[in-house]
Amino acid sequence: MKLLKGKWASITVPLLSVALGLLVGGIIMLVSGYNPIVAYAALFNGIFSNTYVLGETVRQMTPLILSGLAVAFAFRTGLFNIGVEGQLLVGWLASVYVGLQFEGLSPIVHIPLAIIAAALAGAIWAFVPGFLKAKYQVHEVITTIMMNYVALHVVNAIIRTYLLAPGERTDQINASASLQSPFLESITDFSRLHYGFVVAIIGAIIMWFLLWKTTTGYELRSVGFNKYASEYAGINVQRNIVLSMVISGAFAGIAGAMEGLGTYGYMTVMADFTGVGFDGIAVALLGANGALGVVLASALFGGLKIGALNMQSVAQVPTQLVEIVIAMIIFFVASSYLIHWISNRVSKRGKI
Amino acid sequence: MKKKYGFMLSAVLAAGTLLSACGTNDANNESSGGGSSESGSKDFKVAMVTDTGGVDDKSFNQSAWEGLQQFGKDNGLEKDKDFKYVQSTAASDYQPNLSGLIREDYNLIFGIGFLMQQDIQTIATQKPDAQLALVDSVAVNEDGDPMENVASITFKEHQGSFLVGVIAGMQSESNKVGFIGGVDSELIKKFESGFKAGVKSVNPDAEIFTQYADDFNAAEKGQQIAATLYDKGADIIYHAAGGTGNGVFTEAKNRAKNGEKVWVIGVDRDQHEEGMPENVTLTSMVKRVDTAVIEVSKQTMDGNFPGGEVTEFGLEEDGVGIAESQENVSEEALQKVEEYKEQIQNGDLEVPSTDEEYEKFESSL
Repeated sequence: MKLLKGKWASITVPLLSVALGLLVGGIIMLVSGYNPIVAYAALFNGIFSNTYVLGETVRQMTPLILSGLAVAFAFRTGLFNIGVEGQLLVGWLASVYVGLQFEGLSPIVHIPLAIIAAALAGAIWAFVPGFLKAKYQVHEVITTIMMNYVALHVVNAIIRTYLLAPGERTDQINASASLQSPFLESITDFSRLHYGFVVAIIGAIIMWFLLWKTTTGYELRSVGFNKYASEYAGINVQRNIVLSMVISGAFAGIAGAMEGLGTYGYMTVMADFTGVGFDGIAVALLGANGALGVVLASALFGGLKIGALNMQSVAQVPTQLVEIVIAMIIFFVASSYLIHWISNRVSKRGKI
Repeated sequence: MKKKYGFMLSAVLAAGTLLSACGTNDANNESSGGGSSESGSKDFKVAMVTDTGGVDDKSFNQSAWEGLQQFGKDNGLEKDKDFKYVQSTAASDYQPNLSGLIREDYNLIFGIGFLMQQDIQTIATQKPDAQLALVDSVAVNEDGDPMENVASITFKEHQGSFLVGVIAGMQSESNKVGFIGGVDSELIKKFESGFKAGVKSVNPDAEIFTQYADDFNAAEKGQQIAATLYDKGADIIYHAAGGTGNGVFTEAKNRAKNGEKVWVIGVDRDQHEEGMPENVTLTSMVKRVDTAVIEVSKQTMDGNFPGGEVTEFGLEEDGVGIAESQENVSEEALQKVEEYKEQIQNGDLEVPSTDEEYEKFESSL
């Protein structure tokens, strides 16, 4: 019990949840007639057995880290940014748009420019719910979800009207804006690993620094703890709510840039959401809303997703089962918090 | 409390050990089973990657898998080993899926659907020794020429759509028919143009409503659009929308239950079953992805991999046509279909496949 409390809780609770999630997943596999040992071996091989899958795992992690950071950042200010998916889509489009322009620009200028454009687009998209929350107390969960749909259809319409190339997509971006790297591809047997993971790590460091080493971060966090007390202490709560959403949206936009400048180099007309933004919620939860936690949780989820492909191919286990495992992990993380909360209440009452 | 947790933990561990024991047994059985049949296989391995529609999309992914299963059966191949499918849950899965199968040494790998074109092209460049096949699109290199190690398979969907258009034009009582497309694209335009041309050829006064769902996997959207078109007075709807089309059937069946007389024309496979029990499927435009998959697999197994070629399956090759279930089609209409079929095969009739060609076709009527 001791390990589930205090400073160890943020490590033991996720680890235990992962173990329990895998266990329950195994039981579900057994019940549905699959062999969990063969399946998990395939999953493991699908993450570690060769350089290709390792590269793909890191590639899958990259946008997850950033979308996880986006959710975690807003959460630190007490906001649920469910709109990461939409902010990611507009960021993706903005990065590809900038990538398509300015032919002949040096990569040193072009890549940051495209990433900044993505961050700005995501920030603007998140500003709207942030503003509505700060000014009119409109609940951000509702507005951000709605903004997701607006983003999906607006982005599709823009691609169809202005940027369409054969194959329901935009053209390939200029090489000077691309994060793709022949070197990284060659050492990983042509995986789509790109320099985006550096951007994601820098993003994690920025979040940690901003939240824990600056006055602004202190204000943001205190609004998250108790906004009334913060207001009483002279902190401008409204400003911080908007600021938190805007920064969160910027992270989400950069997550989109990772897909636009790295993985794909273009954007397709989306039939549906990518899911990366929604997975960011799970990543943030599992990573206990900390920068390092988010990186580790992304590694787990990215690995599971890439490993699942091999699990399906080798052990014939449907990839949906991995989604069930992920859902179980989240379930256990969430219920551990519940247990935690209950045990705290009980012990407090005991003292009185 | 501590004790309780200890007990639970040991219970879980015990269960885990027990369960994993069963697991190991299974593994042993499987491997021994695999060993014995290995001697019978012909050393040819073929696999396919579905697009996000999945293998049970009641449409072309499923059709391709049916073809692959048939091919496996005919040649004594073992499922999940010598032939298998891998599903993609997201567009980003295409490359790892294709690449994974190459690493598993499959001799021929099908990518199903034009959505996979870019990924096939990338992989084909990286792995010049791999033998790939792309259904519904043409894989090209930087110069725009078909790639040497990809067999591209396309269909003349406009020809088949023309024939079901003829049936719709003949059998519509309201003189209004509808077309529902999945995603507005070059491919689906072939269906639309052919269908419209067919309708207009036999029924110049007919009104044709066209609407796109922007989605291949949204049955609820398909249902909404179908409701709109039926409300506008259409009594026959042709859908070329994959999973979205399943909603069209739902709407037609609901209306049939209330005594309305409405029809759906299915696509890709014989969708007679989808219309039961209310029997709302008038006919279906079948696209024999299965035939194409079998054909290309056979050629490859015999050492004649059609890489660098674009194989077009039309009426002549039995690659497209109307479905075998014809109980709801009138004799008259079937006769007309035969007439037009002949004309198309003779080359007397050029079926339009794009908007421009259709406009020309319509003004020539």
